[in-house]
Amino acid sequence: MIETENLTKKFDGVTAVEGLTLRVEEGEVFGFLGPNGAGKTTIVRMLTCLISKTSGQAKVDGHDISRSSEAYEIRKIIGLLPENVGMYDDLSAYKNLDYYGRLHGCSEAQRAERIERFLRMLDLWDKKDLAVGTFSKGMRQKVAIARALVHDPKVVFLDEPTANLDPESSKTIREFILELKREKRTVFLNTHNLDEAQRVCDRVGILKGRLLAVGPPDELRGSLWPRKTLIQLERVSDPVVAAVKKLGPKSVESTDDSLLVEVSDPERENPEIVNAVVAAGGRILYVTELSPTLEDVYLKLVRN
Amino acid sequence: MKLWRAWAVTANDFSVFRHKKYVFYSLIALPVVLSIGLPITVWLLIQRAAITALELEALLNAFSFFFIILPSLLPTVLASYSFVGEKLDRSLEPLLATPVTDGELLLGKSLAAFIPSLLATYLGAAIFVALVDQVTYGRIGSYYFPNWDFAVILLVAVPLACTFSVEVNVIISSLVSDIRAAQMLGIVVLIPVGGLYVLAETDFRSLDAASVLIISAVLLGLDVLLFFLNRVTFRREEILTKWK
Repeated sequence: MIETENLTKKFDGVTAVEGLTLRVEEGEVFGFLGPNGAGKTTIVRMLTCLISKTSGQAKVDGHDISRSSEAYEIRKIIGLLPENVGMYDDLSAYKNLDYYGRLHGCSEAQRAERIERFLRMLDLWDKKDLAVGTFSKGMRQKVAIARALVHDPKVVFLDEPTANLDPESSKTIREFILELKREKRTVFLNTHNLDEAQRVCDRVGILKGRLLAVGPPDELRGSLWPRKTLIQLERVSDPVVAAVKKLGPKSVESTDDSLLVEVSDPERENPEIVNAVVAAGGRILYVTELSPTLEDVYLKLVRN
Repeated sequence: MKLWRAWAVTANDFSVFRHKKYVFYSLIALPVVLSIGLPITVWLLIQRAAITALELEALLNAFSFFFIILPSLLPTVLASYSFVGEKLDRSLEPLLATPVTDGELLLGKSLAAFIPSLLATYLGAAIFVALVDQVTYGRIGSYYFPNWDFAVILLVAVPLACTFSVEVNVIISSLVSDIRAAQMLGIVVLIPVGGLYVLAETDFRSLDAASVLIISAVLLGLDVLLFFLNRVTFRREEILTKWK
């Protein structure tokens, strides 16, 4: 659905995005993680044909973003939630959505049906006639998401959809994104929220001007972070440490009452480690795998 | 170009304008002041017997110029809002991500400034004509309005002057990022039109149908030129990335 190859954007000689090569499949929820200034918004703006590329190639649903005639086709099939939602504050939620439906050429019946459906899904139907300017940030964000969907787009670009929202609003929006996933829409999500990315994205890309890593959240965590087994003991003795080291793990860290063992294949190695500890006289309280969070992976990549 | 899409832009701007009181008052205030103030001036001059019938007709002819100035001034408020206002409300980015083309957007925004300005001018002119006729009938011995000169002003010069002002203001609006700056620059439009009034007041040029048609022809040429200039100066990327 989205393909880029060496996509690059420079502003006055400053590189904002460098050589992005990426492929997002139809129906996939793809998330971009990255610090401020990493180029996330610039990529969304290029893919939504709001700004031009400096070099490279990019296609959305087979349409080349650099051709003005195809840019028009792209705009017909995409929905955008920009970082700044930008609503007409004096107009009602309904009128805001209706305007965008009209610009996309939706019939009156289609607009009415979709506006009601989305506002009901986002718990805003009873506030449809109130001016958006009276809404809280979370409510405005929800209206803006509905606006991005009112024309039934194939691809939805969501730039920081839950930024600065309270937990309840964030949860509603995350559930809504999962609903979009169930509807098999392609969702391109920019976020700072690693937990959100982990919960809703099929794959994530970690970006800092260039793409540092890409893959499913679990795979990224596994490939970029060593797997470690924590063995909690009553007491750690030298024979216990020696017995574990004898098995040849990558590393062993010990405290007074625990061992942290780096393993490459925990399913195979953990039983051997447990047997060795018990044989050396160690009394095990529990064994657990220390799993890195996506945040660990993100910070490691971004700091490096 | 899809006209229905341009009209959607216009209709939305109308909805937005309706909620902005300063826009409404700015649009109404000047036509009301002119359409009532000028007849009062005429009435005072007649009451003091300070003016002959001939001088009165020359004065009314010069006053007619205000109805070319008026449609040049009124769009500055509306058209300056068109892109700067959208940018300030942060509504331009999602709008530009829709299939609306530059031409549709420019046409829609232009119509949103043109139609109310034109209607306000015609409303002011109607009040002006009615009051002036009431006030001057006794002195002139006939109704001064309607006459061909004023008809040509209203039907030819006013729409062209309004179009000229709208186009200049839309260009300014897409180039600057501050509404007040856009409005101040928009008033620059008035300089050549104001010059015409000075010429009329100094008896250098009277406002007969022929001279109005010459002015209109010049305005038409400028309108066509500005239409193409508008398309060239409207750059989506700069509006999104350079404006702060």
